[in-house]
Amino acid sequence: MEGNFLPILFILDGSRSIGAFPDHPEVEGGGSTVMVMCGIIGVMDRSRRTMDGSGIRQALSMMNERGSGEGAGYAAYGIYPDYRDCYALHVFFDNVRENKPLLESTLAQWGTVEHDEAIPTYGQPNLRAVHTPWRYFFKPDASLAPPGSATPEDDIVSALVMQVNAARRGALIFSSGKDLGVFKAGGWPEDVADFYRIEDYEGYIWLAHNRYPTNTPGWWGGAHPFNLLGWSVVHNGEITSYGTNRRYIESLGYTCTMYTDTEVVAYLVDLLVRRHGLDVDIAVRALAPPFWEEIDRMPAAEREWNSALRLAYASAMMNGPFAIVAANRDMMVGFTDRTKLRPMIVGECGDRLYISSEEAAIRAMEPRVESIRMPAAGEPVIGRVVA
Amino acid sequence: MIGSLPSRYRISIDPVRCMECGRCIENCSYGVFSRDGDRIQVNSRNCTACHRCIACCPRDAIGIEEHPCDYRSHPLWTREARESIYNQARTGKIILAGMGNALDYPVIFDRLVLDACQVTNPSLDPLREPIELVTHLGKRPARLDLLRREGGDVELKTRLTPNLRIETPVMIGHMSYGAISLNAQVAMARAAKETGTYMGTGEGGLHAALHPYQDRMIVQVASGRFGVNIDYLERGAAVEIKIGQGAKPGIGGHLPGEKVCAEISRTRMIPEGSDAISPAPHHDIYSIEDLAQLVRGLKEATEWKKPVFVKIAAVHNVAAIAAGIARSPADAVVIDGFRGGTGAAPTVFRDHVGIPIEAAVASVDKKLRDQGIRNEISVIASGGIRGSADVAKAIALGADAVYIGTAALAAMGCRVCGNCYRGLCPWGIATQRPDLVARLNPNEASEQVANLIRAWTLELAELLGAAGINSIESLRGNRDRLRGYMLDESLMEVLDVRGVGA
Repeated sequence: MEGNFLPILFILDGSRSIGAFPDHPEVEGGGSTVMVMCGIIGVMDRSRRTMDGSGIRQALSMMNERGSGEGAGYAAYGIYPDYRDCYALHVFFDNVRENKPLLESTLAQWGTVEHDEAIPTYGQPNLRAVHTPWRYFFKPDASLAPPGSATPEDDIVSALVMQVNAARRGALIFSSGKDLGVFKAGGWPEDVADFYRIEDYEGYIWLAHNRYPTNTPGWWGGAHPFNLLGWSVVHNGEITSYGTNRRYIESLGYTCTMYTDTEVVAYLVDLLVRRHGLDVDIAVRALAPPFWEEIDRMPAAEREWNSALRLAYASAMMNGPFAIVAANRDMMVGFTDRTKLRPMIVGECGDRLYISSEEAAIRAMEPRVESIRMPAAGEPVIGRVVA
Repeated sequence: MIGSLPSRYRISIDPVRCMECGRCIENCSYGVFSRDGDRIQVNSRNCTACHRCIACCPRDAIGIEEHPCDYRSHPLWTREARESIYNQARTGKIILAGMGNALDYPVIFDRLVLDACQVTNPSLDPLREPIELVTHLGKRPARLDLLRREGGDVELKTRLTPNLRIETPVMIGHMSYGAISLNAQVAMARAAKETGTYMGTGEGGLHAALHPYQDRMIVQVASGRFGVNIDYLERGAAVEIKIGQGAKPGIGGHLPGEKVCAEISRTRMIPEGSDAISPAPHHDIYSIEDLAQLVRGLKEATEWKKPVFVKIAAVHNVAAIAAGIARSPADAVVIDGFRGGTGAAPTVFRDHVGIPIEAAVASVDKKLRDQGIRNEISVIASGGIRGSADVAKAIALGADAVYIGTAALAAMGCRVCGNCYRGLCPWGIATQRPDLVARLNPNEASEQVANLIRAWTLELAELLGAAGINSIESLRGNRDRLRGYMLDESLMEVLDVRGVGA
């Protein structure tokens, strides 16, 4: 529904109204402030025309300087048209023989598996396969949701993901949306892409991440993208408010299990957008709100709701340096921390919107890119599909 | 017979340095010094180590030594244990004391260390980048109902209850007119106004001299209901119900009759010279639902325009009690730890009842989160906050803001001698004797208190910046930015912090 009345290219944050593409891109927050490197890129085709994974593989490898060969991943939307009504659960098994029956008995309690199979993988010399990736196309039994639930199926799948991942019984559900999938592993982007042969998948939104882990190297679950239901997130940075954010989100029924800060972003977006029904630009504003000094200068009505947003979501606010690209089936959103301590570049070409850490990555994918700009600190970039 | 006990302090005057100016004689309200011809006579036994003489001596001629003559040392039969016995054997009474807990319990704050950024994220520089310390206290909705109009304007449908906004998460706690002098209250109220924070009235009413600062005062309703009427409630920026205080959980306030002068009798609405002993409980609060009724009653009386706080002492079951308070319309719960100061408390309570604020705040924050209601109420920590590091640690453990008491008094000169209950405070703080009160210049003292709050605010901004955090709410409950150093495992579990190196 969000897509059909929005022919606008970008819904930009109103209060900081900046024209679509200024002639002189702001240089604030450019590459010079980068401290830790992670490379992120997202691409969306507004008319849902699909792209195979070879382009994003190429783009991500342009940012190998931002990674360390210990983790990379891709998320693609629109890749499972045959099962578009099923939740595609991507699972890492430590040991298929031992862990799979246990997971399947849990799935059977909550719904029906329409189809399942090993995710095809192709051995790479530089990638040690520590897990077996599997996928289930799952239909939850809506009647099992708690009464009064506005999104019964989502609630079941979300609770299922939390339960399975917290139990740590050799099965980790790392992707749980409809008609989308996350493909990730420990290794260089090209190796991970070749391991899954992502060029065999056709998606209209792709997110990708090249990891330079400092926290949990080698752990496949710690690679990006992070996904819950429809939302996937890639992130460059370190969330200094993680302790506050995690305790907040866990008090509301989520469980953090991935040993890394980005996970919390996916849950916060799910909470604010799906469960609390905030528009995505307002949700982003809750996560990276204006300073009080700016709020105090706003006209009364605007000041009122902006203050309320900061008060109500004080613990959801994210601090520390970050650039984040998040997507669901209808949109892609990029935003940075309030002082922009991580780079974020936006490119556009025809129906395609690109958001990345580096211009080079965008140009690798789209040599004829029509415009390139750097949004200001905290200014979200939101692109929505029109079809 | 018990006979004389060893003197606690020994005063010495260096005869070479002393010029017999007599300032020590004038300044000592405890009668240590007297003139004997052309020399100054000393009676060390009267000394409280308030340091007023040292502060006033122009020649640095005075020395004070503690415990010049000790008892036979014994780990169990300490000096304090023996002297309490001698004292009670003589009098058969409860022993009173001032200030906070004086037993040698480990200080948890001093076993917690803060974090800073290196490489993987940049530390922020408050001189060059904004660091927000603005804090709001009050109830919050769990979620917001925002309506997007055509054209993109956003309208807030959820009605928020009024919050208090403080420019720094440090407030001045409740010290009543009676316990302290009017000059001391005026000085602190002025400092609160200047630094954009709030100050508590204590349970002694609101003297007319404080009316100019009333929009920065939180008026207290305690079990004695001293000074409470509708005018009082309406003047305050917020109302605080005091159930208990950290220095003496389970009992009410004590104001010795000696301190109840004419002005205090008027402000408190009690007879002059009478002891003001507040009842242990509020006699209209015998249960949590009674408390909720009083909260509602005060809200009704003030037309739901003012936040209502509830202050409790940190006792064993503090978390569950706080969760009960969070379910009432109360806007904030104040937790007063067992190190909290007081003008007068039975020593046995001051030293033995209650739990440390660090553990209390951590368990309250956790209980409220477990019940999914943490964001709906503010938590204010008090009791033994000595510096900006304690403030940062209390917030990281889950508090929204802190109250300071002793620190603000110390900023006005108090040396923490602990004799507040005697009404002879030579600094003009914990006394009502006009000549002593006149020693405290409210202009000067307010500047000192304001300086203290400003200094802590600057330090907090630096600490936040170093931790890569540019807004105080991202520190709140962020236990990941603390590490325990030499804390035992069970306490680290309560505090929900990892050990250093982990």
